[in-house]
Amino acid sequence: MPGTRYFRVFFYHDGVNNGTRLTTPPQDDRHIVNRWSELSKAHDLDLVVCVAAAQRRGIVDPDEAKRNGKDSDNIAPGFRISGLGQLIEAGIQADRLLVFGD
Amino acid sequence: MSETKKFMYINRRPPYGTVYPLEGLEVVLIGAAFEQEVCMVFISDGVFQLRQGQDTIDSGMKNFSPTYRALGDYEVTRLYVERESLEERGLTEADLMPLTWEDEDDDWAEKPSIQIVSRAQLSDLLEEQDVVFNF
Repeated sequence: MPGTRYFRVFFYHDGVNNGTRLTTPPQDDRHIVNRWSELSKAHDLDLVVCVAAAQRRGIVDPDEAKRNGKDSDNIAPGFRISGLGQLIEAGIQADRLLVFGD
Repeated sequence: MSETKKFMYINRRPPYGTVYPLEGLEVVLIGAAFEQEVCMVFISDGVFQLRQGQDTIDSGMKNFSPTYRALGDYEVTRLYVERESLEERGLTEADLMPLTWEDEDDDWAEKPSIQIVSRAQLSDLLEEQDVVFNF
Protein backbone atom coordinates (compact mmCIF):
# COMPACT_ATOMS: atom_id res chain seq x y z
CA MET A 1 0.00 0.00 0.00
CA PRO A 2 1.53 3.42 -0.92
CA GLY A 3 2.75 5.41 2.08
CA THR A 4 2.58 2.40 4.36
CA ARG A 5 5.69 1.25 6.18
CA TYR A 6 5.92 -2.44 7.00
CA PHE A 7 8.38 -2.88 9.81
CA ARG A 8 8.14 -6.56 10.57
CA VAL A 9 6.75 -9.86 9.33
CA PHE A 10 6.37 -12.44 12.07
CA PHE A 11 6.13 -16.14 11.20
CA TYR A 12 4.27 -18.39 13.64
CA HIS A 13 2.61 -21.82 13.69
CA ASP A 14 3.28 -23.56 10.34
CA GLY A 15 4.23 -20.16 8.91
CA VAL A 16 7.77 -20.80 10.12
CA ASN A 17 8.12 -23.18 7.16
CA ASN A 18 8.46 -20.07 4.99
CA GLY A 19 11.94 -19.69 6.46
CA THR A 20 13.78 -22.82 5.30
CA ARG A 21 16.16 -22.51 2.37
CA LEU A 22 15.90 -26.26 1.77
CA THR A 23 12.49 -25.73 0.17
CA THR A 24 12.48 -26.98 -3.43
CA PRO A 25 9.20 -26.35 -5.21
CA PRO A 26 8.72 -27.62 -8.79
CA GLN A 27 10.44 -25.37 -11.36
CA ASP A 28 7.16 -24.25 -12.90
CA ASP A 29 5.83 -23.12 -9.49
CA ARG A 30 6.59 -19.95 -7.53
CA HIS A 31 9.37 -20.16 -4.93
CA ILE A 32 7.83 -18.48 -1.90
CA VAL A 33 10.90 -18.74 0.34
CA ASN A 34 13.08 -17.01 -2.26
CA ARG A 35 10.40 -14.37 -2.74
CA TRP A 36 10.49 -13.55 0.97
CA SER A 37 14.29 -13.31 0.91
CA GLU A 38 14.17 -10.98 -2.12
CA LEU A 39 11.44 -8.86 -0.54
CA SER A 40 13.45 -8.56 2.66
CA LYS A 41 16.53 -7.45 0.73
CA ALA A 42 14.68 -4.95 -1.45
CA HIS A 43 12.83 -3.25 1.42
CA ASP A 44 15.04 -3.96 4.44
CA LEU A 45 12.13 -5.92 5.89
CA ASP A 46 12.52 -7.65 9.26
CA LEU A 47 11.50 -11.32 8.83
CA VAL A 48 11.21 -12.98 12.24
CA VAL A 49 10.62 -16.69 12.81
CA CYS A 50 9.31 -17.73 16.25
CA VAL A 51 11.95 -19.79 18.01
CA ALA A 52 9.59 -22.21 19.78
CA ALA A 53 7.49 -22.87 16.67
CA ALA A 54 10.72 -23.23 14.65
CA GLN A 55 12.21 -25.76 17.04
CA ARG A 56 9.07 -27.91 16.83
CA ARG A 57 9.23 -27.89 13.04
CA GLY A 58 12.98 -28.11 12.44
CA ILE A 59 13.75 -24.58 11.31
CA VAL A 60 17.28 -23.83 12.53
CA ASP A 61 19.81 -21.00 12.28
CA PRO A 62 23.54 -21.46 13.04
CA ASP A 63 23.18 -20.34 16.68
CA GLU A 64 20.23 -22.65 17.31
CA ALA A 65 22.02 -25.54 15.62
CA LYS A 66 24.98 -25.06 17.93
CA ARG A 67 22.83 -24.62 21.02
CA ASN A 68 20.74 -27.74 20.36
CA GLY A 69 23.58 -29.91 19.02
CA LYS A 70 22.22 -30.16 15.46
CA ASP A 71 24.49 -31.03 12.54
CA SER A 72 23.20 -28.30 10.23
CA ASP A 73 21.02 -25.24 9.85
CA ASN A 74 18.46 -24.33 7.20
CA ILE A 75 17.39 -20.72 7.77
CA ALA A 76 16.85 -18.81 4.52
CA PRO A 77 18.60 -15.45 3.82
CA GLY A 78 16.82 -12.45 5.32
CA PHE A 79 15.14 -14.42 8.12
CA ARG A 80 16.10 -14.39 11.78
CA ILE A 81 14.92 -16.49 14.70
CA SER A 82 13.60 -14.73 17.79
CA GLY A 83 10.88 -14.90 20.43
CA LEU A 84 7.15 -14.23 20.58
CA GLY A 85 7.86 -10.92 22.29
CA GLN A 86 8.65 -9.60 18.80
CA LEU A 87 5.06 -10.30 17.74
CA ILE A 88 3.50 -8.62 20.78
CA GLU A 89 5.88 -5.67 20.49
CA ALA A 90 4.84 -5.23 16.85
CA GLY A 91 1.18 -5.32 17.90
CA ILE A 92 1.82 -2.52 20.38
CA GLN A 93 4.01 -0.33 18.17
CA ALA A 94 2.35 -0.66 14.78
CA ASP A 95 -0.77 1.27 13.80
CA ARG A 96 -2.17 -1.95 12.42
CA LEU A 97 -1.35 -5.60 12.78
CA LEU A 98 -2.56 -7.95 10.07
CA VAL A 99 -2.85 -11.69 10.64
CA PHE A 100 -2.82 -14.11 7.72
CA GLY A 101 -3.83 -17.74 8.05
CA ASP A 102 -6.96 -19.76 8.66
CA MET B 1 6.31 1.49 26.94
CA SER B 2 3.43 3.62 28.16
CA GLU B 3 0.86 2.89 25.49
CA THR B 4 -1.76 0.30 26.37
CA LYS B 5 -3.73 -1.53 23.74
CA LYS B 6 -6.61 -3.95 23.85
CA PHE B 7 -5.50 -7.44 22.85
CA MET B 8 -7.99 -10.23 22.17
CA TYR B 9 -6.96 -13.86 21.72
CA ILE B 10 -9.66 -15.96 20.03
CA ASN B 11 -9.47 -19.72 20.45
CA ARG B 12 -11.49 -21.81 18.01
CA ARG B 13 -9.89 -25.25 18.00
CA PRO B 14 -10.12 -28.32 20.26
CA PRO B 15 -7.12 -28.57 22.59
CA TYR B 16 -5.51 -31.68 21.13
CA GLY B 17 -4.87 -33.17 17.69
CA THR B 18 -2.87 -30.15 16.58
CA VAL B 19 -0.32 -27.96 18.34
CA TYR B 20 -2.06 -24.68 17.46
CA PRO B 21 -4.05 -24.23 20.72
CA LEU B 22 -0.92 -24.79 22.82
CA GLU B 23 0.99 -22.33 20.65
CA GLY B 24 -1.86 -19.85 21.02
CA LEU B 25 -1.67 -20.10 24.79
CA GLU B 26 2.08 -19.48 24.60
CA VAL B 27 1.42 -16.16 22.87
CA VAL B 28 -0.95 -15.15 25.68
CA LEU B 29 1.61 -16.01 28.35
CA ILE B 30 4.45 -14.15 26.64
CA GLY B 31 2.12 -11.25 25.88
CA ALA B 32 1.22 -10.95 29.56
CA ALA B 33 4.70 -9.54 30.24
CA PHE B 34 3.84 -6.49 28.12
CA GLU B 35 1.04 -5.38 30.48
CA GLN B 36 -1.62 -4.71 27.89
CA GLU B 37 -5.39 -4.97 28.32
CA VAL B 38 -5.92 -8.62 27.53
CA CYS B 39 -8.89 -10.93 27.11
CA MET B 40 -9.36 -14.41 25.71
CA VAL B 41 -12.34 -15.73 23.80
CA PHE B 42 -13.40 -19.36 23.40
CA ILE B 43 -15.74 -20.16 20.54
CA SER B 44 -16.60 -23.16 18.40
CA ASP B 45 -14.57 -26.27 19.42
CA GLY B 46 -12.28 -23.90 21.34
CA VAL B 47 -14.65 -24.26 24.31
CA PHE B 48 -13.25 -27.79 24.78
CA GLN B 49 -9.93 -26.20 25.79
CA LEU B 50 -11.53 -25.26 29.13
CA ARG B 51 -13.18 -28.66 29.73
CA GLN B 52 -12.69 -30.16 33.17
CA GLY B 53 -10.90 -33.47 33.65
CA GLN B 54 -8.78 -33.60 30.50
CA ASP B 55 -6.82 -36.83 30.16
CA THR B 56 -4.27 -37.08 27.35
CA ILE B 57 -2.22 -40.06 28.51
CA ASP B 58 -3.24 -42.42 25.70
CA SER B 59 -2.65 -39.77 23.01
CA GLY B 60 0.92 -39.05 24.07
CA MET B 61 0.22 -35.32 23.87
CA LYS B 62 1.10 -33.10 26.80
CA ASN B 63 -1.93 -32.19 28.93
CA PHE B 64 -1.49 -28.43 29.08
CA SER B 65 -4.87 -27.67 30.67
CA PRO B 66 -3.31 -26.85 34.09
CA THR B 67 -1.72 -23.83 32.40
CA TYR B 68 -5.14 -22.17 32.10
CA ARG B 69 -5.29 -22.15 35.92
CA ALA B 70 -2.13 -20.03 35.95
CA LEU B 71 -3.61 -17.32 33.70
CA GLY B 72 -4.94 -15.38 36.71
CA ASP B 73 -1.39 -15.05 38.05
CA TYR B 74 -0.42 -13.55 34.68
CA GLU B 75 -3.24 -11.03 35.07
CA VAL B 76 -5.24 -12.59 32.28
CA THR B 77 -8.53 -12.40 34.10
CA ARG B 78 -11.20 -12.19 31.40
CA LEU B 79 -12.00 -15.42 29.58
CA TYR B 80 -15.16 -15.07 27.50
CA VAL B 81 -16.88 -18.32 26.53
CA GLU B 82 -19.60 -18.15 23.90
CA ARG B 83 -22.91 -19.49 25.20
CA GLU B 84 -24.08 -20.73 21.80
CA SER B 85 -20.87 -22.73 21.27
CA LEU B 86 -21.35 -24.45 24.63
CA GLU B 87 -25.00 -25.24 23.90
CA GLU B 88 -24.27 -26.57 20.43
CA ARG B 89 -21.88 -29.07 22.04
CA GLY B 90 -24.13 -30.11 24.92
CA LEU B 91 -21.90 -28.39 27.46
CA THR B 92 -22.69 -26.08 30.38
CA GLU B 93 -20.50 -23.85 32.52
CA ALA B 94 -20.34 -26.69 35.08
CA ASP B 95 -18.33 -28.73 32.53
CA LEU B 96 -15.58 -26.10 32.47
CA MET B 97 -12.62 -25.70 34.80
CA PRO B 98 -13.41 -23.34 37.70
CA LEU B 99 -10.82 -20.72 36.81
CA THR B 100 -10.30 -17.78 39.15
CA TRP B 101 -8.10 -14.76 39.70
CA GLU B 102 -7.27 -12.74 42.81
CA ASP B 103 -8.31 -9.09 42.76
CA GLU B 104 -5.61 -7.08 44.53
CA ASP B 105 -7.90 -4.02 44.57
CA ASP B 106 -10.51 -6.00 46.52
CA ASP B 107 -8.42 -7.54 49.34
CA TRP B 108 -7.28 -10.37 47.03
CA ALA B 109 -10.81 -11.68 46.69
CA GLU B 110 -11.02 -14.74 44.45
CA LYS B 111 -13.17 -14.02 41.42
CA PRO B 112 -14.24 -16.18 38.46
CA SER B 113 -12.27 -15.63 35.26
CA ILE B 114 -14.79 -17.29 32.95
CA GLN B 115 -17.71 -15.22 31.71
CA ILE B 116 -20.39 -16.82 29.56
CA VAL B 117 -21.41 -14.36 26.86
CA SER B 118 -23.69 -14.44 23.86
CA ARG B 119 -22.57 -14.34 20.23
CA ALA B 120 -23.99 -10.81 19.98
CA GLN B 121 -22.03 -9.64 23.05
CA LEU B 122 -18.84 -11.09 21.57
CA SER B 123 -19.43 -9.16 18.40
CA ASP B 124 -19.53 -5.92 20.42
CA LEU B 125 -16.37 -6.91 22.32
CA LEU B 126 -14.54 -7.59 19.06
CA GLU B 127 -15.39 -4.12 17.86
CA GLU B 128 -13.51 -2.56 20.82
CA GLN B 129 -10.18 -4.34 20.23
CA ASP B 130 -6.93 -2.90 18.86
CA VAL B 131 -5.21 -6.23 18.15
CA VAL B 132 -6.96 -9.55 17.51
CA PHE B 133 -5.23 -12.92 17.28
CA ASN B 134 -7.11 -15.91 15.99
CA PHE B 135 -5.92 -19.37 17.05
